[in-house]
Amino acid sequence: MNAIEVKNLSLHYGSFQALKNVNVQFQEKMITALIGPSGCGKSTLLRCLNRMNDLIEGVKITGVVNFRDINIYAPGTDVVELRRHVGMVFQRPNPFPLSVFDNVAYGLRVHQEMKKIQLSAIVERSLQATGLWDDLKDKLSETATELPLYQQQLLCITRLIAIEPKVILMDEPCSALDPIATAKIEELMLELKKKYTIVIVTHNMQQAARVSDYSGFMLMGELIEFNKTGRIFTNPDDKRTQDYITGRFG
Amino acid sequence: MKNAKEVVVEKSLMLIAFSAIFMLFLIAVFIFKEGSPLIFKIGLKNFILSAKWSPLEGQFGILAMIIGSLWITAGALVIGVPLGLGCAILLSEFLPRGITAFLKPTIELLAGIPSVVYGFIGVVVLVPFIRERFGGPGLSVLAGSIILGIMILPTIISISIDALQAVPRSYREGSLALGATQWQTISMVTLKAARSGILASIILGMGRAVGETMAVIMVAGNAVKIPNSIFNPARTLTTNIALEMGFATGDHRAALFATGVVLFVIIMILNILANYAFGKRK
Repeated sequence: MNAIEVKNLSLHYGSFQALKNVNVQFQEKMITALIGPSGCGKSTLLRCLNRMNDLIEGVKITGVVNFRDINIYAPGTDVVELRRHVGMVFQRPNPFPLSVFDNVAYGLRVHQEMKKIQLSAIVERSLQATGLWDDLKDKLSETATELPLYQQQLLCITRLIAIEPKVILMDEPCSALDPIATAKIEELMLELKKKYTIVIVTHNMQQAARVSDYSGFMLMGELIEFNKTGRIFTNPDDKRTQDYITGRFG
Repeated sequence: MKNAKEVVVEKSLMLIAFSAIFMLFLIAVFIFKEGSPLIFKIGLKNFILSAKWSPLEGQFGILAMIIGSLWITAGALVIGVPLGLGCAILLSEFLPRGITAFLKPTIELLAGIPSVVYGFIGVVVLVPFIRERFGGPGLSVLAGSIILGIMILPTIISISIDALQAVPRSYREGSLALGATQWQTISMVTLKAARSGILASIILGMGRAVGETMAVIMVAGNAVKIPNSIFNPARTLTTNIALEMGFATGDHRAALFATGVVLFVIIMILNILANYAFGKRK
């Protein structure tokens, strides 16, 4: 089943066309990886899925992005409500300069009034889900921005799953982390896939091959090829995909 | 080896820099030398905790002026902080960058208007307005507070905008990506991240309000009496010095310097607090 369906999506930054008529479907409870060289538009595509590109001045978008069969670019779309269901993890860990607890509770507080005791239960459950509980249960009141980097990134994932979105968008979530932390995040992704649809942008082809079910290869704003990950990495249809994954350019 | 010209330039710059610092140091020493003997003579308690100021009879209590300064400064903050902060949030978070780039220097220009002009506007417009609406002389704590509240706006707005704009964009994105509204993002993340800079802007604005003299002389009424309503006239520490320096001699003159000592200490404390607040910002 499709969680998100992208139809004829084009995006311009001023006169530069960053996405060219992209069509793709992201399957529910699967991990889809977007790969391609720098500047190919993969992060831009990702940021279209929860309308984060709206924040950039001078962006023009045409086409359709259906989330649960409703076009999120239709006039009158509640962007705040959309982002509550389609959350995002960024390249640089960006916990708020608040306590660990307040970081995880942030989304909950934003969306509804909640009793402290309920809040604590969800914070604990969320931290357990990302494996941070044992490390941080005594540090809930410490400032999150002072944690080690990989814990910061895990915390950013934690604060997202605390509000139980449908889709998690990850924009190169491991590029600031070492291989051990990367392995932890990948392990977590495989666990999270049971409940969430995940779309990940990554520079790391091994990572895409390890964790994803589907992969899309992008080049110069176009989606060149989209298929099961096994197929993309062993027997791609397009020569440009072949060249990229074998390291001939990029 | 450095050539001789370099050495000469370096040494003369050093001399100029040090003489500037040295002059400041001399001023401080001078104020304390002139003022502190009187404080010791009549006792610190009689000086700052007595409201009897009649220099001809040897009574030098500045409590009325301390309270006058407190009232007017507090009033200036009550008016200037919400306005300034609101303006800074609007300029940094809601308006397009281009408009902010134009408006911010315009607001900073307000800091360049001489204080006597602010005072003049106060006397001509504000004081009659207060007199007609609320009774009393019009020259009052309220008039002083409003004028000072406006005068500290450029300081508060400009430094607060810098603090807000220094908040990493990634904080805002992280909050919006969790489905927070723009206002939730500002109130729960951006303002918290910028709070030390905003606090510093308020303290610096407060320093300006405590130190301002001319505009206050013109609108605050200058009566040596502890004000018991915002419509009463009041005299501040600074205006006390400016009003009486021209004819003071002997102990009276020393008492004015002693008033300066008190002001000096207050401003020092405010500056140290502001530096501390700035220092906490990463």
